[in-house]
Amino acid sequence: MNPHRLIVSAVVATGSSVVTYAAPFELPSLPYGYDALEPFIGKTTLLTHHLKHHAKYVATANTLIESGSALLKNLSQEQIMTAVSSGVELHTENVGLFNNVAQSWNHNFYWHSMKPGGGGKPRGLLADKIEKDFGSYDKLMGEIEKAAMTTFGSGWAWLGFDKKSQKLVVTKTTGAGNPLTDGITPMLTIDVWEHAYYLDYQERRQNYVNAFFAELVNWDFAESNFIAATANDTGETEEL
Amino acid sequence: MTTAATKSIIAPALRAASVHVRSSVLPASISKSCAAHLSSVPPGGKATLPDLPYDYAALSPVISAETMELHHTKHHNAYVTNLNIALEKLDSAVSAGDVSSIIGLQGALKFNGGGHLNHALFWENLCAKGSVAFPTSGPLKDCIAARFGDVDNMKKEMSALCVGVQGSGWGWLGYDAKTGRIEIRTCPNQDPLEATTGLVPLLGIDVWEHAYYVDYRNVRPNYVNAIWDVINWTKVEERLVAAK
Repeated sequence: MNPHRLIVSAVVATGSSVVTYAAPFELPSLPYGYDALEPFIGKTTLLTHHLKHHAKYVATANTLIESGSALLKNLSQEQIMTAVSSGVELHTENVGLFNNVAQSWNHNFYWHSMKPGGGGKPRGLLADKIEKDFGSYDKLMGEIEKAAMTTFGSGWAWLGFDKKSQKLVVTKTTGAGNPLTDGITPMLTIDVWEHAYYLDYQERRQNYVNAFFAELVNWDFAESNFIAATANDTGETEEL
Repeated sequence: MTTAATKSIIAPALRAASVHVRSSVLPASISKSCAAHLSSVPPGGKATLPDLPYDYAALSPVISAETMELHHTKHHNAYVTNLNIALEKLDSAVSAGDVSSIIGLQGALKFNGGGHLNHALFWENLCAKGSVAFPTSGPLKDCIAARFGDVDNMKKEMSALCVGVQGSGWGWLGYDAKTGRIEIRTCPNQDPLEATTGLVPLLGIDVWEHAYYVDYRNVRPNYVNAIWDVINWTKVEERLVAAK
């Protein structure tokens, strides 16, 4: 399959503008410098979070895939997550495989969900859809903050697009969970594992969540994911 | 008896008495029964944040004072606060016969109740480095030898389990009253050991990131290896004896 078709099919299949190829996976770079999100997320946090936590997930995923079935070696991260959650036999330790592949994917998605000078409100097509499905930006914020604050233990809060209902939804997942396995295409995510905020905020998750939405969230990324998710096969965006 | 009197007179007296009741002077069955009545939740059902048996700096350098203070005054305290909120709501729901709400509260009760129980046990099975050696004889040594060969082997297996916990959870050494053996187990999030597995908790190791992130960052294995230096083996043995 030529690389161009692979990219197009992955984008259409997942509706995401973040595409991952097959193993061995590389640790993707941060889209900005390690100090670019200061003072809201510190340089030490990003260094540790990216080069220790994210890097370890990627390395472990590659190791597990290496020792698994041949089928695994041709799948993208999204395909692996979907396969494991549908019970496909992959001849490896499936829980560990899912956790490490999903966490590799989740963290890359998280880096892109933020940008220096981010925050504020969404615009354009996504803003219109938010009004339509939630009533207002404030109502969306209420839901997503609640999801982020009520994830007990380690997990993620997501804004996603449900293909079945054709609506935007807020979901939360625990551990390495990803809404793709429920047929929901992620638009953006916030990491609420303690390692994401402990050095900067200690136990004060609320302050971290507030800073994320006020100063860091990358609505452009969310909008590009929304456009990709609602594009049909000819690449045109459907009216919703 | 007014609530104020209960708080200022009875509760502290009960707590003081509980120290003696849990001593080895009384027969085990009586001691256990009294301890249950004198538990950390005083009459009226409100949980309280227990004091640490040592200063915040006592476990340094294995666990820093900064971590101990955050862990105790912020994390454990939040579980206590939220447990009390859930217990109040439970009271109302029970009084109203609102079964749906009673069931709806189970998540909050397990999480915050478990968080309170787990941390209360945790503080007590820690002590300053060098202050308590592993016993050279006695029931704890014998039980560990029977199950693991020796304490080093037990530490190795339990450390591996603790390091392997995905996300948030706890590692436990527990006593199985049915088989008379000790086991090692992990529980996710704040799931309490006894309520969810039937094992009596002897020794807990908190592997939530907040327990070690300030001191060890992402390197959980270093934290788990180091914490063996600050385990209060006397307390672990007391719990074993009380459970048998």
